[in-house]
Amino acid sequence: MLELLLRVGGALAAFLVLPLVVGQMEHKAMAHMQGRLGPMYAGGFHGWAQLVADGVKFVQKEEIVPARADKPVFRLAPAVGLIPYLLVFLVLPLGPGLVGQDLDIGLFLVLAIVGIGVVGMLMAAWASSNKYSLLGGLRGAAQLLGYELPFVLSAASVAMAAGTLSLSGIVEAWEPWWLLWQAPAMVVFFVAGLAEIRRPPFDMPIADSELVFGYLTEYTGLRFALFLLAEYAGIVVVSALTTVLFLGGWRGPFADAELGWLWTLLKVLAVSFVVIWVRVAYPRLREDQLQRLCWLVLVPVVLGQLVLTAVVKVAL
Amino acid sequence: MSGIPGSGLARGLAITLRTMTRRAHTRQYPDAKPSLPPRSRGVIALFEENCTVCMLCARECPDWCIYIDSHKETVPPREEGARARQRNVLDRFAIDFALCMYCGICIEVCPFDALFWTPEFEYAEYDIRELTHEKDRLRDWMWTVPPPPAHDPNGEPAKEVAAANKALDPGAAG
Repeated sequence: MLELLLRVGGALAAFLVLPLVVGQMEHKAMAHMQGRLGPMYAGGFHGWAQLVADGVKFVQKEEIVPARADKPVFRLAPAVGLIPYLLVFLVLPLGPGLVGQDLDIGLFLVLAIVGIGVVGMLMAAWASSNKYSLLGGLRGAAQLLGYELPFVLSAASVAMAAGTLSLSGIVEAWEPWWLLWQAPAMVVFFVAGLAEIRRPPFDMPIADSELVFGYLTEYTGLRFALFLLAEYAGIVVVSALTTVLFLGGWRGPFADAELGWLWTLLKVLAVSFVVIWVRVAYPRLREDQLQRLCWLVLVPVVLGQLVLTAVVKVAL
Repeated sequence: MSGIPGSGLARGLAITLRTMTRRAHTRQYPDAKPSLPPRSRGVIALFEENCTVCMLCARECPDWCIYIDSHKETVPPREEGARARQRNVLDRFAIDFALCMYCGICIEVCPFDALFWTPEFEYAEYDIRELTHEKDRLRDWMWTVPPPPAHDPNGEPAKEVAAANKALDPGAAG
C-alpha cells in the first residue's frame, strides 16, 4: 500500500515538477538563442521563480466562459488534454525498477493514451464557439490524425527490435549500435512526436500570428494555465519516450543501477533542449507542407525502417 | 536548392546555438543605467542668470510650450547725471514638457546661452500638470548639464577659431 502511494506520488511529483523545469529552460534557452536574457527578476537569481509567479497570476485571473460556448465541454477540455500525460508518467521508467507501474504492454498503453489528447484539443476548439478556434481545431485534427501513423510505426520498429512492448524491457534490451540501426525511426519518432504535441514548427493549430491563439483563444486563467502545463508535459512525455525507446533510457557509461535515474533525466533534458532549439530555429510549416511531410516523407521512411528492422532481426 | 538536403536546416540550428553561447548585450535598465551618446537630448535646463527675457525661445518654439512672464524694472543710475536704466526681470519661465517636441530650436536660438540640453530622461509623472516644469525645476536641471563634448578632430574649424588664426597670420589661409 505504501509502495503504491510512493510510486503514484513520485509520478505525480515528476508530472508537476519536470514540465516547470522544461518551461524555465525554454524561457532562458530561447532568450539566449535570440540574443536576450529571459526572465531575470522573479526570485532574484536569474528569474528561476518566473513560472511560479506565472502560476499564481493565472490562478487569480477571472474565469470567462463565452456565452454561446458549450459549457460542460468547454470546462472539461483542459482536463481531457492534461490527464493523459499524467497517466503516461505512471508508465515511464526513470531507472531500473523506478517506475510507477511496470506494464508488459507499456508502449501500447502510452501510444493509445497520447491519442486521447487529440480529443481534448477538439473539445476546446468546438466548444469555444469561435471561428478561429474551430479553424485551429480542424487543422489540429488533420495534423494529429496524420502524424499518429509515423509515431506509432516508429515505436513499433523499436518494439520489434527489442521483442517486447514493455518500456523497461526495451531499455534492458537496448544496445548502443541500435543508435545507428534505429536512427531513421528515432528521427521520425521525434518529428512525429513534435507534431503530436503541436510544438513549433508544427504549431498550425495554435499559430498565434494567424489564428489569435487557435483552439486556446477563449481560455483564460487557470484553464489556460492547465493547457500550457499540458503543452510542457507533452514535451517531457515525448522527450522521455524518445529517451526510453531510442536512447537507452537509464543506461549510461557507468553505475546504471545507482545512477540510472540521473542518466534518464539528463537524456530527457537534452532531448527537451533539442525540442526548444527546433522551436527557435525553424518557421512554422503550412498545413499542406505539414501533411506532405507526414505522408510523403515520414511514412515511407518509417516503413523502410520497419523492413530494415525485420530483416536485421531475422538475420541476427 | 543545392547541397545536401537538410543542410539549410542544420545551418539554422548552428546559428541559433552560436547565438546562445555569446553574451547577450541586454542592459538591465533599472539596475544599469544606459550609456547615452554625447549631446543626448533628455530635458531642457534654464540658466536663469543669463536670461534677458528677449522671448526669442517662446516665439520660435513650434509648439508654443514655453510660458514667460516678466516685468520691467528701473535701475537707478550708478553715477550722477546718468540715465536710469531699464531691466527685464523674469517672473515666470515654464516649459510644458507634455507639449514639447524636443526639437531644440529654443536652445539653438537663444543668443545668451541660457538654455541647455541635458541627458536626464527619468521625469515621468502620474499627473500631466506636473509635466510643466517651472523656473526653479528648470534651474535644477542645470546641475545635470554635461560639459560640451570635444570638437570632431576632422571637422571644419569654428568661425571664431578661423577668424583668430587669420588675425594672427593674415597671409596664411584660415
